[in-house]
Amino acid sequence: MSELTEMVETPADVPPGLARRVIDSDLFYSFRRSPLTMVAALVTVILVLAALLAPWIAPHDPFDPAKISIMDSLYPPVWSDGGQSGFLLGTDNQGRDVFSTILYGMRISLAVGFASVVLALFIGVTLGLIAGYVGGAVDSIIMRVADVQLTFPAILTALIIDGVARGIAGPRAYEDIVFWVLVLSIGLSFWVQYARTVRGSVLVEANKEYVLAARLIGLRPATIMFRHVLPNVLGPVLVIATINLALAIITEATLSFLGVGIPPTQPSLGTLIRIGDDFLFSGEWWITIFPGATLALLALAVNLLGDWLRDALNPKLR
Amino acid sequence: MLAFAIRRLIQAIGVMLVVAMISFVMFRFVGDPVSQLVGNDTPPAERAQLRKELGLDDPIYVQFARFVDKAAHFDFGISYQIKQPVSTLIAQRLPATLELSIVSAILALVVGMPMGVYTGLYPHSWLSRLFLAISLAGISLPTFLIGILLIFIFSVNFGMLPSFGRGDVVSLGGYWTTGLLTRTGLQSIILPSITLGLFQMTLIMRLVRGEMLEVLRTDYIKFARARGLSRRAINFGHALKNTLVPVITITGLQLGSIIAFSIITETVFQWPGMGLLFLQAVQNVDIPIMAAYLLLIAFLFTLINFIVDLLYVAVDPRIRIGGAKA
Repeated sequence: MSELTEMVETPADVPPGLARRVIDSDLFYSFRRSPLTMVAALVTVILVLAALLAPWIAPHDPFDPAKISIMDSLYPPVWSDGGQSGFLLGTDNQGRDVFSTILYGMRISLAVGFASVVLALFIGVTLGLIAGYVGGAVDSIIMRVADVQLTFPAILTALIIDGVARGIAGPRAYEDIVFWVLVLSIGLSFWVQYARTVRGSVLVEANKEYVLAARLIGLRPATIMFRHVLPNVLGPVLVIATINLALAIITEATLSFLGVGIPPTQPSLGTLIRIGDDFLFSGEWWITIFPGATLALLALAVNLLGDWLRDALNPKLR
Repeated sequence: MLAFAIRRLIQAIGVMLVVAMISFVMFRFVGDPVSQLVGNDTPPAERAQLRKELGLDDPIYVQFARFVDKAAHFDFGISYQIKQPVSTLIAQRLPATLELSIVSAILALVVGMPMGVYTGLYPHSWLSRLFLAISLAGISLPTFLIGILLIFIFSVNFGMLPSFGRGDVVSLGGYWTTGLLTRTGLQSIILPSITLGLFQMTLIMRLVRGEMLEVLRTDYIKFARARGLSRRAINFGHALKNTLVPVITITGLQLGSIIAFSIITETVFQWPGMGLLFLQAVQNVDIPIMAAYLLLIAFLFTLINFIVDLLYVAVDPRIRIGGAKA
């Protein structure tokens, strides 16, 4: 775990030879020993880069109405009969290039995924720190709320929040804020795990000497919590965050597929699958299968990374 | 045991009250119930009259008490969208969802357990590796994607199985409809139940495998071998029996998730159950249905948790002696 905190620190605090220390670390060693993890990392990096660089990589701009033509609609992929050379993975019903929409869609999927994990992380870690450090009635209240929420599957919580936001905002305004509604609903569905983990670690850390020392010299509780205790409980939190990223991406895709997420004008991977699902029976399988495969690949790769991180950081398994 | 049961019961009631409060807040404050019931041209005086009749001018705690009282009698008012009583709508849809959920749970158990036992007994065989690879896919692939893939393969490409609806259903005594007694009904349930059960199947398989690996290392298995018992007696009579407690617990707890996750499966296969009703309610902000569904699922979850907790104590004597204090 110490290697990890070193890696997380800002470069300014790190003594020279950072590269050397990373290469020598246990984490990097276990990384090199696991070919599957290396493949997963490579796939993740490629997919994230492709998403980030979508405006430069994508052969077509699928959102510029001037550049798409309905005449180009429903071309099959290049290698099958009737495929057009300009459209690698074929086109959808509006003449949008499937490959390009996947690249742009992955951007939105990843953005929602990252943002909601950050939100869940923020809420969960803060509440967990407070519950563990303050204790007493505050602790009981926070943990009871966590217990109640844990009895529901995340997807149900997310759906309820989405429905309520829709009711409060009204259909017109909802379209504009849908991104943040999704981030909020997914973030609020996942905070419990962080809170429980952090609270558990804080209970262990709070009795250690460095915390006592910090209290003795009269630091404020908030300072002790965030500057002293927090860095020491981050390891397991990072593991949960990685696994949750895959879950958040899947949840966003599921919500969008169910028709309560990102609208078809700026589709995410889930929206693309939803659009394509209508064409599955008329034989245009590529509209749904390619975004689906991309989603599966992304989720699988991130999951494998999370699994590896969990095992590598778990001292019991060493 | 009794004290434990009572403590758990009080906890369960507490959870239900919290969920009821969330439902009530949604019901009361998201959108105006009155404007959902009347037209745009209704004069303000008439609205005020209706408001009074519905009791919306009473103090909040009186309204909440009335809400809980009505919910206990399963009265959730009229759906904004469909203009029918919510309880009738849910009662119509309940059989479809329960049937799908139970078939999926049985499927998950019947397929997952033997796979788990096999992978536990022969961890290094190629078949075990194949099972584990399948289970990784089952955990990583989103439910709706599995459904689409199954439809693509079995309905579109081979045209073997129907891809939507319940097929022909038979009415039993006017309260229950079942698709399990007709040919088309049975065909229709195959793909949805595989989709819904796959995640639980992989979960059960991994659980049984882990437990088997652990139990097979224990001393009493060694002694059973030394006594010359047959492999079958050891594997199934001694080892599997001792893995059953956690398996029963998890399967029981998963039954609630299966019912909740059926929202996704029902959408993919246009299965006319509660989940589809709830999803349409979310899309149309039909608050009475949302509130009722939320309460119903919470009730099912708390009930299942409660029963599993009691079963756990009843099945495992160690918990009983060690003190069922939790």
